[in-house]
Amino acid sequence: MRRARPLTSSVHLEAQHLAGTRGAARLFEDVSFRLDAGDVLFVRGPNGSGKTTLLRVLAGLTQPSSGRVVVDGEPMQPFDARWRARVAFVGHAPAVKDELTTEENLAALLALSGEVASAEAVHEGLRAAGLERQRVLPARALSQGQRRRIGLARLAAAQRAIWVLDEPTTALDAAGVGWLAALVDSHAARGGIAVAATHQSLPLQRGAPASLRLG
Amino acid sequence: MSTGALRAALDRPVDFSPGRAFTWALARDLRIAVRTKGELGVQLLFYVIVVSLFPLATAPERTLLAMLGPGVLWVAALLASLLSLPRLFAGDHADGTLEQLALSPYPLPALVSGKIAAHWLTTGLPVAVLAPLLAAQYALEDLPRLTLAAALLLGTPVLSLLGAVGAALTLGVRGGGSLLALLVLPLCVPVLIFGAGAVEAVRAGLPASPHLSLLAACLLVAAVGTPFAAAAAIRIALD
Repeated sequence: MRRARPLTSSVHLEAQHLAGTRGAARLFEDVSFRLDAGDVLFVRGPNGSGKTTLLRVLAGLTQPSSGRVVVDGEPMQPFDARWRARVAFVGHAPAVKDELTTEENLAALLALSGEVASAEAVHEGLRAAGLERQRVLPARALSQGQRRRIGLARLAAAQRAIWVLDEPTTALDAAGVGWLAALVDSHAARGGIAVAATHQSLPLQRGAPASLRLG
Repeated sequence: MSTGALRAALDRPVDFSPGRAFTWALARDLRIAVRTKGELGVQLLFYVIVVSLFPLATAPERTLLAMLGPGVLWVAALLASLLSLPRLFAGDHADGTLEQLALSPYPLPALVSGKIAAHWLTTGLPVAVLAPLLAAQYALEDLPRLTLAAALLLGTPVLSLLGAVGAALTLGVRGGGSLLALLVLPLCVPVLIFGAGAVEAVRAGLPASPHLSLLAACLLVAAVGTPFAAAAAIRIALD
């Protein structure tokens, strides 16, 4: 039985000489950096430069072709239970089921993240995401941007120290991008780490985040 | 837009127990299956049609029909199960849920077990309930038909469990459906042999308990082993 660690315990994420390949193509080599509590890193690069692969390595989904990821001072293998308890990953597809309603989707994602998905928590999340009126609609009736908001509502609620976000602004309108920036700001202020691959600049208030360029 | 209230509502640690993971996955998949139009009906209809086609196509002599019956009913159950297996993980893979499942703090084998249980409840269980009724077309008496139901109740979960490993291994593979059948069918042969054998034994006046015990043993082994194998295959597919 494991419990979700509080966000107040300090977190470190370190990449040591990471290299990534897709098939035979070498995407990136010797990528190293260290992130401490409150750090935000933007990963930039042209299409096909390996941003998604790097982010999946940092989330613990994929083994890098060389190098390693050190989480909280310990090198870890992909899918390590301690890593899973620390990271929230937002990928290209927002993990929303067409057949479930908006609130059922958020409740399911919250429960899967290990949170207590009480009715009030789900309502608060939908309100923050601006999806209250679509509460009982099946998710197939939602736009891409609205589905992404469900995923971000889950992100906001899940008690995770490390956020790994792959193109989180996709399909979001200006208000959504502003909301995401506010979420990242408050996450960093609470001592979390955020790594995001994004073409679009997030209007963060905490000063210029670090930037890593691939390709 | 404060997430402060949200955090206050959620400020409780949660146990990441396998039981909780199982029920989460089971409830969610059942809800989705019920709401997907045609999902529940298609396999069942397929089963009914296949089972009813055989007496029409072969010589309708009673003794021959009764001999063929158990085998046909079992093979049709296997094919009906295979029909729905590719969809076990493909939907989650396509919409990004599979990554969330694999990265969840809950144990992936437990989540997978819940999905397999939902699959069985919507495919294997209806088949096991329908088969004794359909077996009337094969001139089988009451006791063989009851034995058939019992054997299917024990054997169809094994088909779902083994099929889940095949479905996980063929995730994202082009032409995965036929590869899945190639992988799963040989593994299911013991279930077919014991399952059909149980009915034939009863027809010959012998007890079916040896066959049913073997089926139960298959079920135990599959229930314990396959969720871990399927979880490992899913992680490979996500790599």
